[in-house]
Amino acid sequence: MPIEIPTLNVIALAPQIVVVVTALVVMALDISLTDKRVVGYVSLLGLAAAAVVTFALLGGPAQAIQQMAVSDGYALVLNLVFIVTAALAILVALGYLDERELQHGEYYALLLFSTAGMMLMAAATDLIVVFMGLEIMSVALYILAAFNHRQVGSGEAGMKYFILGAFASAFFLYGVALLYGATGSTNLHAIGEWFSPDRGNLGDPLALVGLGLLLIGFAFKVAAVPFQWWTPDVYHGAPTSVTAFMSVGAKAAGFAALVRILMVSFDQAFTLDWQLVLAVLAVLTMTVGNIAALAQKDVKRMLAYSSVAHAGYILVGVVPATMTGVKGVLFYLMAYAFMNIGAFAVIAVLEHRDAIGTALSDYAGLSTRKPFLALAMAVFMFSLTGIPPFVGFWGKLYVFRAAVEANMSWLAVVGVINSAISAFYYLSVVVQMYMRTPTDETAAAPALRLSGPVVVTLALALVATVVLGLWPTPLVNLTALGIFG
Amino acid sequence: MTQLIWLTIAFPIAGVLFNGLLGRRLGHRVVSVVGPLMVLASFVVGVGAFADLLARHGEAVNVPLWTWAAIGSFEVNLSLLVDPLSVLMVLVVTGVGFLIHVYATEYMVHKDESGHAHPDRDFARFFTFLNLFIASMLVLVLGNNYLMMYVGWELVGVCSYLLIGFWYDRPSEEQAPIDLGEGAEPVKLPPLLSPAASGMKAFIVNRVGDVGFALGVFLIWTTFGTLQFADVFSQVPHMAEAMPAVLSWIALLLFIGAMGKSAQIPLYVWLPDAMAGPTPVSALIHAATMVTAGVYMIVRSNVIYSHAPGVSMFVAVIGAVTALFAATIALVQVDLKRVLAYSTVSQLGYMFMAVGVGAYTAGMFHLTTHAFFKALLFLGAGSVMHALHDVIDIRRMGGLKNKMPVTWLTFWIGGLALAGFPLMSGFFSKDEILAKAFEASPVLWGIGVLTAGLTAFYTFRAIFIAFHGQPRDRHLYDHAHESGPAIRFALVVLAALALVGGVLGLPAFLGLPHALDSWLAPIYATGEHAAAAGEHGLSLGLELGLMATSATVAVLGIVVAYFFYVVNPAIPRRMARSLRPVFVLLANKYYVDELYNAVFVQPGLKLARGMAQGVDALLIDSVLVDGLARLVGQIGRQVSRLQTGYLRHYALATFIGVLILVGYFFLR
Repeated sequence: MPIEIPTLNVIALAPQIVVVVTALVVMALDISLTDKRVVGYVSLLGLAAAAVVTFALLGGPAQAIQQMAVSDGYALVLNLVFIVTAALAILVALGYLDERELQHGEYYALLLFSTAGMMLMAAATDLIVVFMGLEIMSVALYILAAFNHRQVGSGEAGMKYFILGAFASAFFLYGVALLYGATGSTNLHAIGEWFSPDRGNLGDPLALVGLGLLLIGFAFKVAAVPFQWWTPDVYHGAPTSVTAFMSVGAKAAGFAALVRILMVSFDQAFTLDWQLVLAVLAVLTMTVGNIAALAQKDVKRMLAYSSVAHAGYILVGVVPATMTGVKGVLFYLMAYAFMNIGAFAVIAVLEHRDAIGTALSDYAGLSTRKPFLALAMAVFMFSLTGIPPFVGFWGKLYVFRAAVEANMSWLAVVGVINSAISAFYYLSVVVQMYMRTPTDETAAAPALRLSGPVVVTLALALVATVVLGLWPTPLVNLTALGIFG
Repeated sequence: MTQLIWLTIAFPIAGVLFNGLLGRRLGHRVVSVVGPLMVLASFVVGVGAFADLLARHGEAVNVPLWTWAAIGSFEVNLSLLVDPLSVLMVLVVTGVGFLIHVYATEYMVHKDESGHAHPDRDFARFFTFLNLFIASMLVLVLGNNYLMMYVGWELVGVCSYLLIGFWYDRPSEEQAPIDLGEGAEPVKLPPLLSPAASGMKAFIVNRVGDVGFALGVFLIWTTFGTLQFADVFSQVPHMAEAMPAVLSWIALLLFIGAMGKSAQIPLYVWLPDAMAGPTPVSALIHAATMVTAGVYMIVRSNVIYSHAPGVSMFVAVIGAVTALFAATIALVQVDLKRVLAYSTVSQLGYMFMAVGVGAYTAGMFHLTTHAFFKALLFLGAGSVMHALHDVIDIRRMGGLKNKMPVTWLTFWIGGLALAGFPLMSGFFSKDEILAKAFEASPVLWGIGVLTAGLTAFYTFRAIFIAFHGQPRDRHLYDHAHESGPAIRFALVVLAALALVGGVLGLPAFLGLPHALDSWLAPIYATGEHAAAAGEHGLSLGLELGLMATSATVAVLGIVVAYFFYVVNPAIPRRMARSLRPVFVLLANKYYVDELYNAVFVQPGLKLARGMAQGVDALLIDSVLVDGLARLVGQIGRQVSRLQTGYLRHYALATFIGVLILVGYFFLR
């Protein structure tokens, strides 16, 4: 009996492979090196290589590997989002971990594995591969969240994230099972085929429930209401460098797989079934995230809730199920990577070892103590609010426009109202920094030190936020490449 | 150099960043080098572009920068237009701008009574703003579309505001009453606004015009579907037949913007008060460049205006009336800078009269020569102020020619040019305008000639009082001194330009080459050009007659001023006494400020206060804002309370969510 050996087109997964190999190299180096920062820099090199590979593939024909994953424009553009996210997060970590004597090589290995998982989710064209990516990403994140073993909060964050994450994964897997039961396949295209209008399978209850369970799994990962409960606790408890990474990366990965599944398997006539659900989720997520953020007195926790709200804005771009919306989502994710990690980098600087220094009042008078830091934070806050001419403005504009074009102006209106609400808490940080004098306590706090890598992070994020705000065209052109192959 | 034209904007922006971020730390010497150097670099690039353009025979080139935003069909392309008109403006702005920057390096260093030099405490800030202004002005003139023009338009407005109020902590000043002698009651003068208030006034009055300009731009967009000059202008002839009314509205709305920016009736009131700014600012922004933006705009839009004859005539009439009106006020001003300010308003009126009657080249010609001689006069006035410790009241001057020969001589040259003395630059440009005006309507010409006489008179009134005769304030006179090399350099170069600037546009009817005419020819739509190129129907004799008239009037004005203020200084006082009501009216600037104050400002303030206290404080602030904020804050705290921190609660809440969501999919 002849055995057919499948041809593996590994080129399709070349960027992921580069990241994984880097992670392995990092682990090996970790054993032999005493200065763990070198490990961090090696990771950056690996990410740079992955970026180069991604760019090399970009614009070329989409390569598929066994109908399991594909390197189409959509996946590649998202790769860049993940690479930017991971690189900025590593830069933040280099300084942050040093100060807390947490500089261990496995941090970077875990972060790289998690990044590979995210990239796999974006490339996956099979639900099983999506799930693999999801778990590769998540397991590494659970550990990272608990990375600060000296702090109870960090351990608690990791534990909560792990248990609730396992809960969500179970729902997701259940959904995959039901879909397989109904359609006989886990391949996205095959499922899409099964749903094509002439097959008469629309409205199949088994498949619909399967879809619902899938949505729950993703809603959990992107922190959409009502599955956001873990977010504030985990983001607040985790080391700030990890929060920066997962607030952007995990969200982007969740949206990456969600959008592909919806657009490939559940498009056309099926759209109406999930559109309403996601629209309701979007409204809830924006509103609850923003309103809860209003009440926070701690900036890190406030940004955790704000990250929930941003999931809502991005959902606004998903709901129309158009390519305009997809491009808007891609733009938003890249913009969010710069401004949100930038904001968390500022938090990382202000946070003392024992996790204090993140209160709103600790930012009082920052403009006189550290003018550059305050300026950077102000720009990130403005950008997160969506005030022109910063990149966040265009992100919001593009997702809201997708909703308007799809005759869902009401959704855009809700989004704009929510942006207005969010201005209150974002600007209150600016008010503290620029219009309040430092309290005695802050004045007595140890002097803030800006390590080299953090300065680089801030500078990169700041420049990107401003320059892409003044000149969004390059990013618009990049997202235009984000098509499904 | 054409493709590098963006460098003209980039250099001053680099100067802004450098002076703004590091200037204070590096000290005034470094700033003194970097500030002017950036403008000089711009000028060099401008000259390069000029040479290229010359070699291309004036063919326009678009230099695309980037697409700023694309939202649906609305695309904002940032692109620069290098054509004869924009290059002329670039040369004027950066050339005169450079000289004024050099001048300011000395002017902004104050000397105390004992001769010690103190750089202004905000020396770096001054040059930051000045560089920013150059960059903004270049955006205005180089943009190839109305959006960039609008952006530049607003940016120069901001710079103007920032620089008028540069000495924001200086108070308002009382003006001493004018003594008419022989026991007559002195004529009281209104106090001068403080720099901060002047800046605000300039900004707010300009906003009024800017609204018109913005509406004009909107109307262009809705009418033509584009804001690119070339695309708009190519559609104009067709649109002029299809909907002439819309075209007229566009022209009118844009002109309202020009009324504000270029200080024409009824929006001229801010310019005299803008003199509260440092003198280099008055010279650069409020005489040579920014205030001429309106003229530039109309010349740039000449295709629109030549298809809107009604509005064009309106422009000409406003220009003529403004010219005469402002000149009469200038007759009695005692503040040297204000004499020049009203003169600027008046000369801008000439330019609008020119572009209104379709003599676009003549308007640009006068714009250029005016930039030379009026900048020169302002800088001369500044030199005097510098010598007299900021005294600007001509009644305290006198005899300064002995103390400041260079300033005196250059001021004379500037004065002669402004007065339109034969063969000076101002003579040719003003004469060309008057000839074109005569062609359009002898009434306009009459107003123009009358204004020319008044101009010569008030200019030399100021010169004779300030520089000739006996010193009126011995102490000031004794401490007066000629200014240093930087100031003298700017004065001499500008004086040379004011002397020979006329060669740009020698009278064509005498068979002499009109350089500007052939240079600017490409910017006019074919067909229009013929009319603009000077093929007018006036006979040689008539042309010569008009020219002789303007020359005579100019000389006459100077001679009368000489009699009044040198030969027999008692005459003007006697006249003022016998014509007291007229004198008081002029000294109070026709009470226009008081009228605006009563009709617009006070009711506006009342309305604003009422809104603030009634509607805003009560309804919006306490009910809507505070109330809503309290409500939302409450909800937020409740929502946060749901966040118990207990894993079991989260799991339960998640599970409820799952039930609802799955239930929905199951039941539908």
